[in-house]
Amino acid sequence: MADVTDLERLPIGSIGHRASGWWGMLAVIMTEGALFSYLLFSYYYFAVQYGREFLPPHLPKLHLSVPNTALLLLSSVAVWWAEQGAKLGDRRRLALGLAAALIMGVGFVAIQALEWSEQSFTIASSSYGSLFFTITGFHMAHVIAGDIVLAVLLLWTLLGYFDARRNAAVSIGAIYWHFVDAVWLTLFFTFYVTPRLS
Amino acid sequence: MTWSRPVPNQRRRSRQLKAWIAALAVSALCASAASAETPLGYLEGFGVKTREIAHLTWALLILSIAVVVITSALVVIGALVRRSRAPAGNIEQEPVSRSGRGVAWITIGVTVSTVALIGSMAWTAYTMAAIRAPSQDPAVTIEVIGHQWWWQVRYLSDDPSRVFDTANEIHVPVGKPVRVRVKTADVIHSFWVPAVSDKIDLIPNQTNETWFQADKAGIYRGQCSEYCGKQHAHMGMVLVAEDEANFKAWWDAQLKPAAEPEKPELVRAEGVFLQRCGACHGVRGTSAGGRFGPDLSHLMSRRTIAAATLPNDPGHLSGWIADPQHVKPGSLMPNLDISGPELASVRTYLATLN
Amino acid sequence: MAVIDYDRAPEFATAGYDSPAASRLHALWETKPGLIGWLSTVDHKELGVRYLVTAFAFLLLGGLEALVMRLQLAQPNEHLLTPEQYNQIFSMHGITMIFLYAQPILSGFSIYLFPLILGTRDMAFPRLNAFSYWAYLAAGLFMYASFLIGAAPNDGWFNYAPYALKQFNPNPNMDFYALGMILLGVSTTAGAANFLVTFLRLRAPGMSINRVPILAWGTTTTSVGILLSVPAVSLAFFLLWLDRQFGTHFYNPDGQGQPLLWQHLFWMFAHPWVYIIVLPAMGIVSDALPIFCRRPLVGYTVVVLATIATMVLGFGVWLHHMFATGLPFLALSFFSGASFIITVPSAVAVFAWIATIWTGRPVFTTAFLYFAGFVSMFVIGGVSGVMTAAVPADRQLTDTYFVVAHIHYVLIGINLFPVLGGLHVWFPKMTGRMLSERLGRWSFWTVFAGFNMAFLPMHWTGLAGMPRRIYTYPEGMGWDTVNLITTIGAFVLAAGILIFLANIALSRRNGRFAGPNPWDGPTLEWSTPSPPPPYNFPVIPAVASRHPLWEDRLDEGLGRSSIRRGVVLDHGKEALATSTLDGEPDAILKMPEDSLSPLVATIVMTAAFAGLLLHWWMFAGAYAALLLAATIVWLWPERELGQRAEASHG
Repeated sequence: MADVTDLERLPIGSIGHRASGWWGMLAVIMTEGALFSYLLFSYYYFAVQYGREFLPPHLPKLHLSVPNTALLLLSSVAVWWAEQGAKLGDRRRLALGLAAALIMGVGFVAIQALEWSEQSFTIASSSYGSLFFTITGFHMAHVIAGDIVLAVLLLWTLLGYFDARRNAAVSIGAIYWHFVDAVWLTLFFTFYVTPRLS
Repeated sequence: MTWSRPVPNQRRRSRQLKAWIAALAVSALCASAASAETPLGYLEGFGVKTREIAHLTWALLILSIAVVVITSALVVIGALVRRSRAPAGNIEQEPVSRSGRGVAWITIGVTVSTVALIGSMAWTAYTMAAIRAPSQDPAVTIEVIGHQWWWQVRYLSDDPSRVFDTANEIHVPVGKPVRVRVKTADVIHSFWVPAVSDKIDLIPNQTNETWFQADKAGIYRGQCSEYCGKQHAHMGMVLVAEDEANFKAWWDAQLKPAAEPEKPELVRAEGVFLQRCGACHGVRGTSAGGRFGPDLSHLMSRRTIAAATLPNDPGHLSGWIADPQHVKPGSLMPNLDISGPELASVRTYLATLN
Repeated sequence: MAVIDYDRAPEFATAGYDSPAASRLHALWETKPGLIGWLSTVDHKELGVRYLVTAFAFLLLGGLEALVMRLQLAQPNEHLLTPEQYNQIFSMHGITMIFLYAQPILSGFSIYLFPLILGTRDMAFPRLNAFSYWAYLAAGLFMYASFLIGAAPNDGWFNYAPYALKQFNPNPNMDFYALGMILLGVSTTAGAANFLVTFLRLRAPGMSINRVPILAWGTTTTSVGILLSVPAVSLAFFLLWLDRQFGTHFYNPDGQGQPLLWQHLFWMFAHPWVYIIVLPAMGIVSDALPIFCRRPLVGYTVVVLATIATMVLGFGVWLHHMFATGLPFLALSFFSGASFIITVPSAVAVFAWIATIWTGRPVFTTAFLYFAGFVSMFVIGGVSGVMTAAVPADRQLTDTYFVVAHIHYVLIGINLFPVLGGLHVWFPKMTGRMLSERLGRWSFWTVFAGFNMAFLPMHWTGLAGMPRRIYTYPEGMGWDTVNLITTIGAFVLAAGILIFLANIALSRRNGRFAGPNPWDGPTLEWSTPSPPPPYNFPVIPAVASRHPLWEDRLDEGLGRSSIRRGVVLDHGKEALATSTLDGEPDAILKMPEDSLSPLVATIVMTAAFAGLLLHWWMFAGAYAALLLAATIVWLWPERELGQRAEASHG
């Protein structure tokens, strides 16, 4: 490595996955993923300790949660589509994709709030209730944060901040959104599928 | 003004020696202190389980001390033997070089350590198996329910008429296994009588179970071993291990209800007791049915009061009743503002509870 | 600076600290003087020193708490403190030492040293760096504010439920602790992310992964540990706060709550935490001991692997804190075994240090004395830990002073000794002055004697059955004399710390001037002036080995590092990003200017937490919204940082 006098052209600033922010977001995902692992651990701890009597008489229903899950998955597709647009320098596609994802993300929150209001238990009525609302609540908070991220990214897109080379913020926001989506799948499995398995 | 001045070798070496001598002196002092009585010590076991545990503990202790001595010697001797002549202020005098088969140290050291470790694990596994269950069915089952800051003890039996409650003092037969089920009425506590039993935690909504067997008759001390609030320091207990006959006699005596007082001053004393104390404390055979505090049915048969905080003699008993907050500040037994004559009456009555 | 190019081939040059290029860099990187500059600085060296000073202040506070405790326990049946006072003091002693001193002091070293030892200009996220400091300070003040209303946490640092719940502890003691810890968790997590990304992305060209100093390995390994373990404790405290405020049923046994869930969540965090607070310190010794033994560390690779193994295994042993809770036999066996095995990587490190001494030529500086003493203390702490790994023995030893002896040998021995030694090593770099070797020796021997006098007998006290967390004890237990010796030892230890502080204070003004490399050390930080200029290096150095400054003398046929000739990055505040494994340059990073955003974000966040503490929900909500706004402002894409598209390029 001694006498190197010639280096190729290096990208400057936040370019793609070389941006520090990308790596920082991976660290965020690592720690938030751990948080959800501990949340689910708490749920399963109770489930294993108490068995059937832990579950409420009326299990959380599927009629809203299944479509809501599909909505969230679709929003990830929209975000992916938008991100591809960013990399192509297609500002319109980026804006459309972000807007669509944002609408779907807000929709998810609204539908889940509706679902919350329909439950027969409350956060203080039982351990199950405490766990259900706290865990899905943490997730909802992450979705709301993600909605804000999408909204801000949309604003920056409309302000013309991004092009084919400088769009790291979009990728960083996108991976966060996909993470939130993936976490939802584990929560959905835990609350809506596992009680129906036994 | 410069601060760095090298200190001659001899002074430094003698200072190191002084430090080691000081350390040895302290250890010797501690060893001499070890011969004094240590009621909560467990290096000598007086029960089936605790004897096995004590052997394991001694073995690990001796191994640990050997490891410490050897590695410390390696550090000290190595530092002294290999020491450079360069002073602290002129470190460049000692040239930099990489020499010698250093990695061999690691290989040998870790191998020896691992062998010692595996030996320790094997002995541990053996001990765990040995203490897991008694060799015969338990002769007695007791329930210990922890409260802030005293122990409720319930002796169980197949015959419901032989079930009874007492507090803070446990009697067991020597040479027979005893089953203990532990629960708590409030926070987490831990049941521990080091001479005969290792620790088991008392956890809300959970019944833990352990067993022990006392091998030698004697009076042993126990103490709560999980921080449980203000008076965790004063939540002790007494365990009496006695021969079969004495144990049965004790049990029979505990079952007897309190005698109906005949003499007028005793009737009056009982009245004061029921009025001032009966709301919280229970005495079998009277209308005092309080469950908030310890059962006092045979208070005078116990060696201590206030969860082994004070000896059970008239002076201490009076002091405790008159001002519990002075002895155990924060205890749930309030100051009753009891008058002198009332106190005398209560004490008179309690003296009959043998 | 109008337009930031999309890419550029960086220039090479030879430049020293007196060159015109260096002056230019100085102007670009220096923090403006004055109050605003002080509040907005993102200079990692300034922030590192702040961490060190603040953590040391908490060490002194925790030490005072300890001395008061020791006065209360010097003799049986003393009445210096009421039970409630003692319980608050012992709890805050633990909280202060474990959370407000032990990890932040190591962060201080790493924040100061990472860019210098890795050969770069700053951490990956300079503003986040400042934020993690302010949030740490805020969390410490938040928790100590509890003393002002006499409601400091009183359930120990481990805070078991149900005693921590409202029905047993109605006052806000626990709320200070719960919210304060969540706040501190934000700081710690931010710091960890910063270390991890800096380690992976901001090393000097040629610094492949196997040439990184062990301090960086230790800190980065623990940073991953932090990212994976801190959520457990933040969650544990959040659930506790919910139980206390809103009647939820996580731990509350009056409902279906499970008090043991608290213990699981807490120890799943706290066991890895104990490695988090020692592995970087072990890295300090692994890097600095070789300097005084005049040879590279023996077994660099196995020591790195041992560091990582310890952290990984550290996640698999938490149940050994719960051996008495009535666990199934299989669980006991597994966790006992794992707790034995975790000793092996530590043994690797111990023998690496012993080997370095035996195959080197030790120079007896004060720092060397601390590091040599450290090895012995490490082993003592380690073997007492092994004793508690044996389940049957643990069921006698646990919750006695034997464990207190163990934890102080590992904390003081494996954290404080390297810290004091490390300060002797790097104080000259930080201040340009040497510490007095004479006062250093006095402080070392006093600390060593006092520490062992206080804690060696404590093993015996524990074996004699003295339980932990008791505010007093009766006569006739056989504990009196030993407790008195321990108390005296504690005061001797305190005296040693005072001598150390005197050394710092006097040497800052009168110490001998230190050049760039007073210890003839091998790594990059010793190539800069003492103290280093704000930009660290005039050109980015390129390294060819683990010991750039020793290459000529070791002459082991490797290439030669290039320190005075390298990549020039002076189109603004810039640093070089390199690939993770091989250290090949792959980007030019634009670094942010000083900013008040981190401080504003901290103030707003702390206000929100205060609102939660006081049950001022609207207030808390408003400040949370402000925090959101502050964050958006902070993250707004800046042209100077190359985060925005350029209109003139297609």
